[in-house]
Amino acid sequence: MSVVVPTRPRATRSAPPAVPRRNGRRAALSGWLYATPTAVFVVALFVVPLGLVLVMSAARWPLLSGFRGWNFPDNYAKAVGNRFFVDSIVFTLKYTVLATVLLIGLGLGLALLVQESTRWKGLLRTAILVPSALGLASASLLFYVLYSPLAGPLSPLMADLGATFLGTPNAALWSTLFLIVWRYAGFYMLLMLVGLQGIPTEVYEAARMDGASRLQLFRHITLPLLRPTLALTTVLCVTGSLLAFEQFYILTKGGPDNSTISVVQLVYTVAFQGQNDLGVAAALSVLVLGVLVLVNVLQLRAFRRPDEGP
Amino acid sequence: MRAPARGGGPATVLAGIAIRTPYWVFTTALALVFLFPLLWTAVASVSPSPGTNQVQGWGFGNYETLAGYQAGIGRYLANSAFVSLLTVALTVTVSVFGGYAFARFRFPGKDLLFLLTLAILMVPYATLLIPLYVLLNRVGLANSLVGVALVISMFQLPFSVFMMRISFESVPRELDEAAMVDGCSSFTTLRRVLLPAVRPGMITVGLFAFLTAWNDFMAPLILINDSSRMTLPLAIANLRSQVQGVVDYGATEAGVVILALPCIVLFLLLQRHYVRGFMSGAFKG
Repeated sequence: MSVVVPTRPRATRSAPPAVPRRNGRRAALSGWLYATPTAVFVVALFVVPLGLVLVMSAARWPLLSGFRGWNFPDNYAKAVGNRFFVDSIVFTLKYTVLATVLLIGLGLGLALLVQESTRWKGLLRTAILVPSALGLASASLLFYVLYSPLAGPLSPLMADLGATFLGTPNAALWSTLFLIVWRYAGFYMLLMLVGLQGIPTEVYEAARMDGASRLQLFRHITLPLLRPTLALTTVLCVTGSLLAFEQFYILTKGGPDNSTISVVQLVYTVAFQGQNDLGVAAALSVLVLGVLVLVNVLQLRAFRRPDEGP
Repeated sequence: MRAPARGGGPATVLAGIAIRTPYWVFTTALALVFLFPLLWTAVASVSPSPGTNQVQGWGFGNYETLAGYQAGIGRYLANSAFVSLLTVALTVTVSVFGGYAFARFRFPGKDLLFLLTLAILMVPYATLLIPLYVLLNRVGLANSLVGVALVISMFQLPFSVFMMRISFESVPRELDEAAMVDGCSSFTTLRRVLLPAVRPGMITVGLFAFLTAWNDFMAPLILINDSSRMTLPLAIANLRSQVQGVVDYGATEAGVVILALPCIVLFLLLQRHYVRGFMSGAFKG
């Protein structure tokens, strides 16, 4: 492959001969050579599709026949006019707020609980983490059986109570949230643990010397110093929840009464089930992309602001 | 937080137990909440239950149902294994070269390319899968497991390239400079000197690529139409809607066990790398 040897007299003269210069033209060439696979992937499978989705969102594009001429604002008008558009946005936002509050809160709580390294706490940590090795689809299938009135282990109890896990919109939402907490709590706990490890113990010791109570330690030391971790976990959790799909596609199937349709599920339905309209689906997903970028920028700004002060 | 051991009389021991009991009860219950669904599914998949292929006594009837389901579970396992291994190979190869380039070379467009790679994280899966469906059709990768592996590898790149970049950056530069002085080319240096040093990073990248590809649902859902080319999660999810109105819960349980088992085994074996992935991958950015 490309060989970086200081053959040119000019290069050897200007640099100490023992250290080959690596930022010359040849090094740049090797650099590009090693970066080529990455560049090919990024361009062919990311940049080009991203451009194509913009084109598709402005064109008539049925699933089976492809490009059928431009119709710029029509797809967007149809996307916004879809009868589940508003409902799915409201539902997705509600789900996102609940999932984020639950996961960040529980993640931090669990991290504080298992923070010290004893044998039992190590086991506890592993137990909480095991579900995060499963895929979301597998976890959704697992809870689909677990929640079923026919086969689920809690079905006799639920029958006595006259309740079901997925029968009403609210029950379905909370059952899905339980699945998500079960699957992701360990993941967020792990991120919080890493953040907590970054806080120097001296800070706690100094505060304790000054007579700070546990609550004061948490409020005035742990929380502020954990800010970068909290920012990252919140951004991750909000992004992930806004794009929720599998848990609703597999577990609730959007029901009951279409009450649990997430935005991404709507995109999928428009594109591949029934309407088969890739143009409208592309318009919807461009809108989702726009909102996501906006939300992330706002979040990062909100988390950054206090640091810029004195 | 241990009870003060003053003389260690039986009263203090009892007090200690009394103080600790709620803690033990609470933490044990917590561990059970996380383990119960998995354990229950494993047990239920081999226990008798009406409406399944395992009506009387314990046994593997549900797994037999799966074995005979459509193209057969073996086929779906093979499909999933193919996609997962190809994804691991592609992800590790691309991210090792990419990480080396970003960590050790200066070239025009370097920062732009790195930013573009990270930007993949910002774009929703669905937004890209719709045009990818059209593009892959166009290049003859419609309905193809290779296409699925390519797409999943692309989505793994932000994490993997980032991870390999910091892995290479944490290796002292003197190491490869010494090799270069001895006349090694940059490729030989990578192969002989640097690869052994970044092996932990490669294991982390490979582990995550495997778990993602094995579990991925949306890419095969959109890109695969042919039922003999489905991957395991898709096949198990479709299994539910096969028999008119009646769901074979037993077979679904068995499917979940087959899906989950490799992931849990890998996780328990490589737990250290799993944790490491978050420590460096998620935080140094």
